[in-house]
Amino acid sequence: MSEQHLLEVDNLWVKFPTRSGIFDAVRGISFSLGRERLGIVGESGSGKSMTGRAVLKLIRKPGFIEADRVEMNGVDVLNASEIRMRQLRGHHASMIMQDPKFSLNPVMTVGQQITEALRAHEKVSKQTARKRAVDMLDAVAIREPERVFDLYPHEVSGGMGQRIMIAMMLIPGPEILIADEPTSALDVSVQLQVLEIMDKLVSDRGMGLIFISHDLNLVSKFCDRIMIMYAGRIVEVCEAGKLHEATHPYTVGLLNSVPDLTHPRPRLEVLQRDPAWREMPSVSALL
Amino acid sequence: MNAVEIRDLNVWFGDGASRTDAVKQVSFDVAEGESFGLVGESGSGKSTVLRALAGLIPSWDGSMRVMNEPLGLKRSRQFHKTVQMVFQDPYASLHPRQTVDRVLSEVMHLHGVKDVDTRIEKLLRDVGLGPGFRFRYPHQLSGGQRQRVAIARALAPEPRILLLDEPTSALDVSVQAEILNLLADLREEHGLTYIMVSHDLGVVGHLCSRIAVMQLGELVEVLGVAEMRKLKAQHPYTRHLLDSSIQSVR
Repeated sequence: MSEQHLLEVDNLWVKFPTRSGIFDAVRGISFSLGRERLGIVGESGSGKSMTGRAVLKLIRKPGFIEADRVEMNGVDVLNASEIRMRQLRGHHASMIMQDPKFSLNPVMTVGQQITEALRAHEKVSKQTARKRAVDMLDAVAIREPERVFDLYPHEVSGGMGQRIMIAMMLIPGPEILIADEPTSALDVSVQLQVLEIMDKLVSDRGMGLIFISHDLNLVSKFCDRIMIMYAGRIVEVCEAGKLHEATHPYTVGLLNSVPDLTHPRPRLEVLQRDPAWREMPSVSALL
Repeated sequence: MNAVEIRDLNVWFGDGASRTDAVKQVSFDVAEGESFGLVGESGSGKSTVLRALAGLIPSWDGSMRVMNEPLGLKRSRQFHKTVQMVFQDPYASLHPRQTVDRVLSEVMHLHGVKDVDTRIEKLLRDVGLGPGFRFRYPHQLSGGQRQRVAIARALAPEPRILLLDEPTSALDVSVQAEILNLLADLREEHGLTYIMVSHDLGVVGHLCSRIAVMQLGELVEVLGVAEMRKLKAQHPYTRHLLDSSIQSVR
């Protein structure tokens, strides 16, 4: 069965040694990703971003990963060399970070960065690379792609920057896209546009998407399946359409703490954290 | 009485050819005790209005009055006692090497508050932090706790008007709910006037009774929260903004 899955993760731990012992950021989670859109939701510190990074072995030292199995397209990620990982990143799985201001290189033009991403994985001539980069910019709905190609990151807006990131990540043709809060630095009106572009490209190419966010409502709109993380474990897994049937008090609390324009409440519900949630075994999100 | 009256406010940056008009001919009133929201996309000038009002931007013209006092380029001590601001990012707005105690007592010394000791304890209680937080450094606090300290600092001189610049956008939704509840409680207890800037219509709609919508430096519409909830906006831009935030919620 596992051949059909783009990603299989079994009992993943992310650990950081500290002065007072080892801190576990992710505590034994299992999930798999098919050609679907999987949302990972949780608060800051719940380990959702660490999960996304761990899959690509992007955990910075002294942090380290332990797992029974992390398999991406049949490749054992755990034992892959750094050289092999560099081939995997971009070619098999790409990651979009939160803020385009910090993730684009400020001293390279947009075009240079996109073509660099392409030429790192494929042998193409400069002209072809340029043409494909411009096409890609066009695909992420950037007007005048030829002009934007020669701009520097500070000359583009946040929404455009994030679309450029998407272009850069998709141009080597990965099968998995990991989007870590891709729109939380953007305005509401731009957010939706960026998400729709990402959504369209991902479904057109039949890719798998891991969408990491703290916004449950947003995730439920753009994903098929949602896993909710708390304190490094998965507390609940549900179909996006059945989110309102979620039973875990943490999920319900998260849903209720969002101010809703059309259903006003005098007071917002405040999440009451139960220490028992930390200790509950992680729910498996394997397919 | 109007707490704040702004007439034909223009704010610009740069001179000559590089001049950018960030705010153009903006006028609005905020009644005392009211909670007024300013919404718009990045670059619409909503934060600039707030910063000009707070005296953080010198290049403006038009007229601004706070509690019937006309504002000039230089602000009086009384102004800063009346008007205080809470900034967007609690990770950036607290001095990393100063304890909560020092942050709060500095403001009180500036405003000549006597009895600093008991005031600090009361302030910390008011914002829902115990006295145990008094001698902590910012890095020992979570984002929500930091924003509570920033709010306590703004409340220290006992202001009448609080300017809130996206006070919850750097926080998680669950923590955002706590801070929004806190702000609502404080307003009730102290009879404060709020002017809040946000791009999140849900947040503004929760806390504010009237909302001004800005686009490209101009104020395009002022509407009551009831009309906004019924999605009855006149201006097409407001409708667009409402549509996109409704969609992102559903």
